[in-house]
Amino acid sequence: MLRQIEGSRAVAETVALCRPEVVCAYPISPQTHIIEAIGAMVKAGTLAPCEFINVESEFAAMSVSIGASAAGARSYTATASQGLLFMIEAVYNAAGLGLPIVMTLANRAIGAPINIWNDHSDAMAVRDSGWIQLFAETNQEAADLHVQAFRLAEELSVPVMVCMDGFILTHAVEGVDMLDQSVVDAFLPRYEPRQVLDPDDPVSIGAMVGPEAFEEVRYLAHLRQLDALERIPSIAAEFAEVTGRQSGGLVRSYRTEDAETVVVALGSVLGTIKDAVDLRRDAGERVGVVGITSFRPFPGEAVRDALAGARRVVVIEKAFSVGFGGVLSADVALAMDGADCTLRSVIAGLGGRAITRRSLEELLGDAARDQLEPLTFLDLDHGAVDRERARMTSTRRSGPSAENLLRDLGTERSIQMKDRS
Amino acid sequence: MTSQPVRFYQVGSFAVGNRLLDDDARTVQSDSNRTNSIDSGHRACQGCGEALGARYALDAAMRASQGQLVAVNATGCLEVFSTPYPETSWRIPWLHSLFGNAPAVATGVAAAMRVKGRTDVRVVAQAGDGGTVDIGFGCLSGMFERNDDVLFICYDNEGYMNTGVQRSAATPPAARTATTDVVGPEPGNVFGQGKNLPRIAMAHDIPYVATATVADLHDLEQKVERAMEIRGARYLHVLVPCPLGWGSASNDTIHVARLAKETGLFPVFEAENGVVTAVSKIRHLAPVEDYLSIQRRYAHLFGKHPRTDIVARIQAIADQNIARYGLLGDESEDETKWVEA
Amino acid sequence: METPFAITLDVGSSRANHTGSWRVERPVYVDRLPPCNNACPAGENIQGWLYEAETGDYESAWRNLVEDNPFPAVMGRICFHPCETACNRGQLDEAVGINAVERFMGDLAIERGWSLPAAGPDTGKRILVVGAGPAGLSATYHLRRLGHQVRLVDSAKRLGGMMRYGIPAYRLPRDVLDAEIARIVDMGVEVELDHNVQDIELERREGGFDAVFLAVGAQLGRRVNIPAGDSSRVIDAVSFLNRVASDDPPMLGRRVVVYGGGDTALDAARTARRLGATDAVIVYRRNREHMPAHGEELEQALGEGVTMRWLSTVDRLDGDKLVLETMRLNESGFPEPTGEFEELGADSLVLALGQDTDLSLLSQASGVVVDDGVVEVLPTMMTGESGVFAGGDAVPADRTATVAIGHGKRAARGINAYVLGGASADGERNELATFDRLNTWYYSDAPRTRRPELERARRISTFDEVVGGLNEENALFEARRCLSCGNCFECDNCFGVCPDNAVIKLGPSMRYEFDYDFCKGCGICVKECPCGAIEMVPEII
Repeated sequence: MLRQIEGSRAVAETVALCRPEVVCAYPISPQTHIIEAIGAMVKAGTLAPCEFINVESEFAAMSVSIGASAAGARSYTATASQGLLFMIEAVYNAAGLGLPIVMTLANRAIGAPINIWNDHSDAMAVRDSGWIQLFAETNQEAADLHVQAFRLAEELSVPVMVCMDGFILTHAVEGVDMLDQSVVDAFLPRYEPRQVLDPDDPVSIGAMVGPEAFEEVRYLAHLRQLDALERIPSIAAEFAEVTGRQSGGLVRSYRTEDAETVVVALGSVLGTIKDAVDLRRDAGERVGVVGITSFRPFPGEAVRDALAGARRVVVIEKAFSVGFGGVLSADVALAMDGADCTLRSVIAGLGGRAITRRSLEELLGDAARDQLEPLTFLDLDHGAVDRERARMTSTRRSGPSAENLLRDLGTERSIQMKDRS
Repeated sequence: MTSQPVRFYQVGSFAVGNRLLDDDARTVQSDSNRTNSIDSGHRACQGCGEALGARYALDAAMRASQGQLVAVNATGCLEVFSTPYPETSWRIPWLHSLFGNAPAVATGVAAAMRVKGRTDVRVVAQAGDGGTVDIGFGCLSGMFERNDDVLFICYDNEGYMNTGVQRSAATPPAARTATTDVVGPEPGNVFGQGKNLPRIAMAHDIPYVATATVADLHDLEQKVERAMEIRGARYLHVLVPCPLGWGSASNDTIHVARLAKETGLFPVFEAENGVVTAVSKIRHLAPVEDYLSIQRRYAHLFGKHPRTDIVARIQAIADQNIARYGLLGDESEDETKWVEA
Repeated sequence: METPFAITLDVGSSRANHTGSWRVERPVYVDRLPPCNNACPAGENIQGWLYEAETGDYESAWRNLVEDNPFPAVMGRICFHPCETACNRGQLDEAVGINAVERFMGDLAIERGWSLPAAGPDTGKRILVVGAGPAGLSATYHLRRLGHQVRLVDSAKRLGGMMRYGIPAYRLPRDVLDAEIARIVDMGVEVELDHNVQDIELERREGGFDAVFLAVGAQLGRRVNIPAGDSSRVIDAVSFLNRVASDDPPMLGRRVVVYGGGDTALDAARTARRLGATDAVIVYRRNREHMPAHGEELEQALGEGVTMRWLSTVDRLDGDKLVLETMRLNESGFPEPTGEFEELGADSLVLALGQDTDLSLLSQASGVVVDDGVVEVLPTMMTGESGVFAGGDAVPADRTATVAIGHGKRAARGINAYVLGGASADGERNELATFDRLNTWYYSDAPRTRRPELERARRISTFDEVVGGLNEENALFEARRCLSCGNCFECDNCFGVCPDNAVIKLGPSMRYEFDYDFCKGCGICVKECPCGAIEMVPEII
């Protein structure tokens, strides 16, 4: 049933349709609306049986999920940003123990400076944790991906993180076709754990493993992720069959046929990019887009196939590895190893900075003219950077850069205001 | 305590077993069919108090729960020596996640059992003092505050023994550890305010808090049994001497634990809903020297240049405990002292 | 269930790791000799029978006891219980009241009619036992159990020796004595009373006996030369007590002085009180600390109005006045005369200065060596004369009934070895279970139970038994006060305190064994064993 609904609400209701048994959360923007909604459903009894646990930290949230999952309960939690970092030890642990927890990550920047707005730094920080990371492009996909995530996680005994852009998706109200309970029930079988804490069949979970077996354990985790590369498309296909909707999968191409320039990106920014691509296509440029839904496991082959024929690949990403460059770019580069194309990395939208269609259009133009640097920071205020660097050169105690930049901006704005008045 | 004096069965009244008692009145540990929750072959040091305390507590919990028990373990000695791949010593369902999250993991297990209608399955979380009073404290306090249905057992050996005997917030004053060396004018650990977790637990008003030592099995088992009768968050703090970290003889493990209690340095009591309801009286009051002098971690207080001043300060701590908890007096006297600790 | 590799492990798999290889010392279970057993002249396994009594199975306990001593009811009254003196519990609170429990069981056995074990299969050997006191009766009992025929002779009219003719009835009621003697006779014993053996060699030869046990006691009261105008007013204590026991009490008057400091002196004085003496005074040349009599007996005598004249000797009896000389003790505690005299009114004087043995029957036994009035014996109790054994008061030892009973047992074993050939098996003695080997923490504090005593009025007017027995409840309590020194009493401590579960409990009365596959040798079991029945020994590498 199609409803105008907030993204968080759509996710919460869809998670509820998955019949989670233990949900726990610690509030952090922009994840709050999701857990608030689920909490209300549990309290009202509309989601039952389910234990909703208000914990004292994200570390506890993931830990409670670990315990619940190991005891055979379908477990769900949600977080963002600092919260993800605070639970990171448990995030790795959940994956290492092979517990099929599903977690929504309402993507948000990581401080300092503290920033509540969207980018993908948080997701990238746990890239190597062993979790499957799926990125939603729309609220519809965000909702749908949760159903697929439980299925995938439980089939493979691997935790799955559904990444949706904070505020841009979580707080956006748009049309979402909500699933029926019967459809979800048919699609998602009862959770049958591979290992469980059962007094009638006791096992020890979480042994200490030394050099004699650790590499094998890690390799097995890798193999499970490779299995996921098979299962993600087939689950998406099965989902499409039931719902008639294309959601999920590994990668999705948009107007890439005969494209010379192909943009690669994760998440909601794909929508804006598609608009820009449409405009460029209208102008006769051969451009297209490849959206990556499954960031981990990274579908190297699918990416290579999707980008086959492209002469230029432009990776636009909302996070980067300081001192290196784009994280996704490096993965794409490796996938394209040996292909006859150039690869450009564009860092955009950090800390919630808007990625405008106009900027993207200009970017695509530059790309088409082969004028892009290998690493570009979209819409960077070079003036502000230069001023701060000058200040740091001249004064030892130049103070905190973030505050300096804000002061500069404030001064600029007041001058503008004065000019206007 | 709540025990009835077995006056007429005084042959070995304080021993583990008593052939003169009916089977069901004997301790769990005297039962040849006891669970042995933690089995032979574990790699604990010789004379490990924690291995002993864990078996005592869990076997008692197993009996109280009719075998429907799940244990969650924090990182630490107990975890490391019991489950080095490919061998585990546990005979009960057991989960180790991390160092600081055992209380939360246990909450998760309990939630899972509740949601599945398996309220017969009881959950125990266990950790050393580091995993309890330091790194696990946040999760523990949260578990207490929510009153989750978990019995949390701290095996207190007063330091980070697994990593090579470093100081924890449970390390007593003047004790030598690898990070509180016996140099300078105040050798060993500082005389701080202490981090008395049983009392902090009581401040949460949880239904049950108790302390025990491996030296009094009867008392320990009774407390586990009592704890298992109650739903909600319960806390049991068990003193488990560490021959390695304390520098005590491996055969002295029980002896030294007994002295901890008999000197008053480790008050043994139980509390319900934030109020002390019973204390284990000191049976043969001993000066703290008796306790300190058999542990190498206090060797710098004795010998050629004895630090009687420091020993006196430790004695003062014992005296304060004795006064605060009313540790002296006749156990059989039926005057339970209600202490607002 | 196929569980995730290395993350999840199957229970109990650590048993593959044999931590016993860590060990440099190993614990082993031992049995040590409890001090009570060590001290018991009759060789009772006191710890053993208390262990059985603790469960309330008094018959088993009694059967254990009579393995060594057929007189529990008698000994439970008259034994001076060196076991209690030696008892480790005395260092903790008070010694276990072993004697009281023994009496309780002895009385119970009589009440319930428990019989002694049957005589052993006939060996065809004939043994002559001379003297039916505690040594002779004990030997008879043990010899019968070994299957030997016994002819028991005594010069008195009834069996019992000094138990009947020396010990007053208020200490040992005769029905008790009769019952325990009858049990022995019922095993099949040829008894001849009122028979005075003149020549032991002749009697042995004529009767065709394979061996002889002499248990003639020390029946002759020792006399000293005390000037007395009227010698009829002087009597020795042995004769006095014998006549009282034979219902022929001598007339001693109202003021009776007993001279001596042993238990016999007390018996005489207390008996005199019961016969109507208003003054019963004991004159002893040293002081209380040096008095050989047992403290309990003295307390009872004083409680009955017997008075003491310490540091005094009898110089002479002058009419109805006794002249005493005051003594003082020199540095070595020996009394020396002071030359100071005083008088004491006395109707009669009872001499309790020790007894001698009548050994005239040995005149033809050339091999027998007599020294200082007693017969020299080997550890087997055999005298210098082949096949002639001796025991009781006639050989050098403490003259107590319990010692005599022990002699009887040992002689029976010696005779058995002698007549059948072979060595007398005196088992190797275990190391003593000393107090320092115990971990007394585990025993709860429990002061001993007092036996009731008869009220004073009846004590001075009748020969009713002074000291009462325990009832079942306090006998059980008293038995359970036993620390079981040096002998496993299955308290499960080792089983419970092992951090490595390396003690295997074998079940009731089967004790435990170590699982050396896993024992790391920490030694906690040794340290925490209440009774000191485990020790560490170096591992042989």
